[in-house]
Amino acid sequence: MAHRVRPWALAAGQELLDQLPADERLILPALQAVQQGFGYVPTDAVALIANSLNVSVADVHGVLTYYHELRTTAPAPLTVSICVAEACQATGARELIAHVSANLAPVGGRSDDGQVDVVEVFCLGNCALGPAALINERLVGRLTPKSLESALSDSRAAL
Amino acid sequence: MTTTIYVPIDSAATSVGANAVAQAIAAEASKRNLEIKLVRNGSRGLLWLEPLVEVATVEGRVGYGPVTAADVAALFDSDFLTGAASAYSVGLVDEIPWLADQQRVTFARVGVIDPLDIKDYEAHGGLAGLRTAIALDQSAIVEEVLASGLRGRGGAGFPAGIKWRTVMETSADQKYVCCNADEGDSGTFADRMLMEGDPFTLIEGMTIAGIAGGATKGLIYIRSEYPDAIATMRAALLIARDFGLLGDDVLGSGNAFDISVRVGAGSYVCGEETAMLESLEGKRGMVRAKPPIPALHGLFGAPTIVNNVLTLGTVPMILAQGAAAYQALGADRSRGTQVFQLAGNIARGGIVERAFGISLQELVESYGGGTRSGRPVRSVQVGGPLGAYFPAGALDVAMDYEALIAAGGMLGHGGIVVFDDSVDMAQQARFAMEFCAKESCGKCTPCRVGSVRGTEVIDKIVNNIDRTENLELLNDLCDLMTDGSLCAMGGLTPMPVLSALRQFPEDFQR
Repeated sequence: MAHRVRPWALAAGQELLDQLPADERLILPALQAVQQGFGYVPTDAVALIANSLNVSVADVHGVLTYYHELRTTAPAPLTVSICVAEACQATGARELIAHVSANLAPVGGRSDDGQVDVVEVFCLGNCALGPAALINERLVGRLTPKSLESALSDSRAAL
Repeated sequence: MTTTIYVPIDSAATSVGANAVAQAIAAEASKRNLEIKLVRNGSRGLLWLEPLVEVATVEGRVGYGPVTAADVAALFDSDFLTGAASAYSVGLVDEIPWLADQQRVTFARVGVIDPLDIKDYEAHGGLAGLRTAIALDQSAIVEEVLASGLRGRGGAGFPAGIKWRTVMETSADQKYVCCNADEGDSGTFADRMLMEGDPFTLIEGMTIAGIAGGATKGLIYIRSEYPDAIATMRAALLIARDFGLLGDDVLGSGNAFDISVRVGAGSYVCGEETAMLESLEGKRGMVRAKPPIPALHGLFGAPTIVNNVLTLGTVPMILAQGAAAYQALGADRSRGTQVFQLAGNIARGGIVERAFGISLQELVESYGGGTRSGRPVRSVQVGGPLGAYFPAGALDVAMDYEALIAAGGMLGHGGIVVFDDSVDMAQQARFAMEFCAKESCGKCTPCRVGSVRGTEVIDKIVNNIDRTENLELLNDLCDLMTDGSLCAMGGLTPMPVLSALRQFPEDFQR
């Protein structure tokens, strides 16, 4: 399943912010709503959120740059988030990362065909069935380099 | 006759193919003109058997696992709908010693019921705790929680009832109950499994907390790495509102209480309660100095009960069965049960809920069955990424809050991560510092800068550069981080580092 997002436009951004429930008119939920709607947080959205919530651009920028998941560029259709925390290390996460780096893209990078972003995460709560990864929002476990490749090709086929 | 078949929808089970198994079972049954009722339950917690398919028979639920979609036709051929034995069968699931020996309180319903069927929930004892609470006055609810000895399961182990009493006694126009579901510790997944497998118990526990503390609004802060738990909790909240469990008149009691879900954005330190409150306010997840404590000055400055998922999820059972029953379990000042999570390189990983006091050895060896790789156990990390590493020869430690501290470790959120003899403990020590450097909120210099210096010093030690001096420096740095950080991130990162260094010095010598 690919990220279903709309192309960014100021009016669309404003419309989305106007629809935020009253108790979510806060910086982080606003940024998350924009990211969910458009796939990332465009530069223009920062001032828009600041205006909308009556806070400073610096405040919005501060939150945007604090959280690992908030992004300022468009993602690839697929993001594979590989767990690199201790429980997955114990079952081969380092070897999995090495394989992915050599064959797909390094951590923080994008595959040559532009279809897959590779990111590292600390724990997906699948610690008894590691190594684990999320492919977009699908959790996969007991991974080997081969089974990750096969899960990714299934996801590519479904794009 | 319609046979009921259970295939878990827990994300650990789906991560190894449970959805495909469920689809294959539905397709195969329809092809064979067999009437089945397919229930997507939570996981029973025997994760090495996932996907674990269960068939309801007159004797009880018979299990088959691990099953793949490709095995399904063979399962039907071997007459599994009658509970017949085959290569996949594990017998009556409730009688598997691994499960039968457990003392499931918090996890009593997880895997047993359909997570989003509130009638099923009620039929298995759900809502009894809330009904008891409604009949009591606020202080009597608090007294019950105090008497149970329930302590915070997030890691700090602070008595839940004391927080509740403080909030109850503080008057304010608005108070909150904030559930910490930012389960970021590697090796822990109990919060996730409870939310996916028995979401109403968390809703019920939060509602009891709300009534006791005088709060009308609850928030659950769930980490974004748990998309399935987020979806299940959101669905459960809608059902709970329709049912009248939440809203202006909770179960006709006249109390108002409602809950919303908020999602994290990838920040480990937001599992620290004050950082979580900042994040819930929409800000950077920066740790606050305490005092003031959140019970007096929490979310948006209002009195706030902050508890972990397991803490709140245990409250309904305590109210339903009485504080004495819960208090009767456990060891010393650790009362009740702990939901231990067996993880990492372990043969039989999953959820083991037992009274406090069980030994680490029993958990790793008897329950865990040693490593999944079949190699010898070398090291066990207890209590998440900030917890100590124990060598295989020192597992004879009782699992309770104080005993673990006395042994140089901590219980944390109850996660147990096993490593085999291929582990490089200097690499693990370095990782603890790297993790701290990546996840530090940046407020305290010893944490923000010390973690970066820590990785450099460990590199020098391992590469034999001024070894003696750098070992001394690392110890000094760890002292400074321990004493000079506001929260556990900087304050406890030295625990895995120093335990690795002291217990496995040979790995630091190349």
